[in-house]
Amino acid sequence: VPPTTQAAVAAPRRVWSAAASEARSGLLFVAPYLIVFAVLLVYPLFSGISLSLHKADLFGGSQFIGIENYTRLFRDAVFLTSVRNTCFFVLLTVPALMLIGLGLALALNSNSRRSAILRGLFFSSSVLSVTIVTLIWRMVLIPDGGLIADLLAAAGLERIPFLSDAHLALPAIAVTTIWWCIGLPMMLFLAALQQVPPDLYEAATLDNAGWWRTLASITLPSIRRTAVVVAVIEIILQFQLFGQAQIMTLGGPNNASLPIVLFIYQIGFQRWDIGYAAAASAVLFCIILTAAMAQFFAARSRPGA
Amino acid sequence: MTMAAARFQGSSRNGLLDAALAVASLAMASPLLWTLLLSLKSNDALLRGTQSAFSPPYTLQNYADILGHSAVFAWLLNSAIVSLAVTFGVLALSSLAGYGFARLRFPGRDALFVIVLFGLAIPEQSVIIARHQMFTALHLHNTYGGLILPGLAAPFGVFLMAQYFRALPKELEEAAWLDGASHFKTFWRILLPLSLPAQVTLGIFTFLATWNDYWWPLISATNSDMYTLTVGVASSQMNFAQTNGVGFLMAQAVFASLPILVVYMIFQRYIVAGVARAAA
Repeated sequence: VPPTTQAAVAAPRRVWSAAASEARSGLLFVAPYLIVFAVLLVYPLFSGISLSLHKADLFGGSQFIGIENYTRLFRDAVFLTSVRNTCFFVLLTVPALMLIGLGLALALNSNSRRSAILRGLFFSSSVLSVTIVTLIWRMVLIPDGGLIADLLAAAGLERIPFLSDAHLALPAIAVTTIWWCIGLPMMLFLAALQQVPPDLYEAATLDNAGWWRTLASITLPSIRRTAVVVAVIEIILQFQLFGQAQIMTLGGPNNASLPIVLFIYQIGFQRWDIGYAAAASAVLFCIILTAAMAQFFAARSRPGA
Repeated sequence: MTMAAARFQGSSRNGLLDAALAVASLAMASPLLWTLLLSLKSNDALLRGTQSAFSPPYTLQNYADILGHSAVFAWLLNSAIVSLAVTFGVLALSSLAGYGFARLRFPGRDALFVIVLFGLAIPEQSVIIARHQMFTALHLHNTYGGLILPGLAAPFGVFLMAQYFRALPKELEEAAWLDGASHFKTFWRILLPLSLPAQVTLGIFTFLATWNDYWWPLISATNSDMYTLTVGVASSQMNFAQTNGVGFLMAQAVFASLPILVVYMIFQRYIVAGVARAAA
């Protein structure tokens, strides 16, 4: 065989074997994660959908009943109350988190020492667990010796039993949640404010624009994308309200503060009606996805966004 | 920062914003300070009225009682074991998979990556019931394995590491390959050390999220000796302010938040940078 032909045969083989070895390595690199992903996330997702079509209990009894769990959900007054409560809670918390978060970001967007300390203060509650936050806030809200009750008493006013009042329980949980979660929206808005090109502010100064004018015509339009991100993140997070309600009110009084996830917990892990709970969690998944997508597309379709 | 930007950003220009900031700071700080004060009062004094929190005598008795109450230490240890195991597990799995997806060519790669990305949209609640049944069948409840495994499946780390590896220059590993180094050796010696900033960010957020997780440990760890700190603190407040006394409960709140506040203070810079990068 002439040497030139030999080289021509050998070169593609080396390329081929390098590609094969890269493919083998690639699969080995991703395999450990993919196995965990398939077993602990993908399988339970589909097995959950299948469960929602069965009448299933703790002891493994299971019978296919089609969409009966879903039709039962939409006739279940308690479930419908939990959907209403959760939507109300999202309306109470998400706009407040966005407005306060933006306000704090505007006020604390400077290099001063005072701003750094206050940023730390407003983010510190975010690293606490829900059980510590509820422990603090149950003590703040309790009518007998709570911080707010003591302040009201000092002012000569009536003590208010926030958590046992059907109209006040959910708003009280919302205030607790805003206190707990305000750090993230503030940080996201701060990061966005730092991205605004400084020459835009130069131009505003040359135009003698005031603080509010500058805010409305330069700052807010520049951070619109972040506002959408914050809204979507917070809608998804707050729809999953669970720990605060489970610990502070157990969903009471009379289901007035029962959110969807607590409904799922009670049905699935206290009454062990597993198929029914799986159907409720599938509905929650759809609601969250719809709300997030609606928000996302609404923001996209706006001119100039 | 230019003068104009500084003038706009400096809050001193707006009195209304300053006043609102003062009110918000007070609302933010007072529950924390009040908790601290209550934790320093004897339970007997608080029974006579919580207003006494604002004046001495103060005592460390509640904290001494916690030190004698060994359950809290067991919870702390469980939280530490579970959080550290999940953090290192996620770092290992995400770095390997992130590198594989970002830098190596293999059949089905892009389709698999898209499937993993879809996993980001799956909320915990929609898998928890089936996962609970699976863990029951495998006898994993009330074990460390049962608390650790679900945390390893989160796709966020793979996404983050793949993004990071993709941004590094390709020449780095091509030189090593030409020298005959294996793919793993190249990853281990060259790419992994370069990814340290991303590892730190991912590690901190995984640690915080696992430490504070309430849903899964509540369902899986039903024996009190397997409680994590979050579940333990929840269990002790179920009969609120009756058995242990308000001072003791508040001391527990302060004590239980100390480890995570220390972690927060040490890594504050990275947390801020991580949030900023996520926003961009």
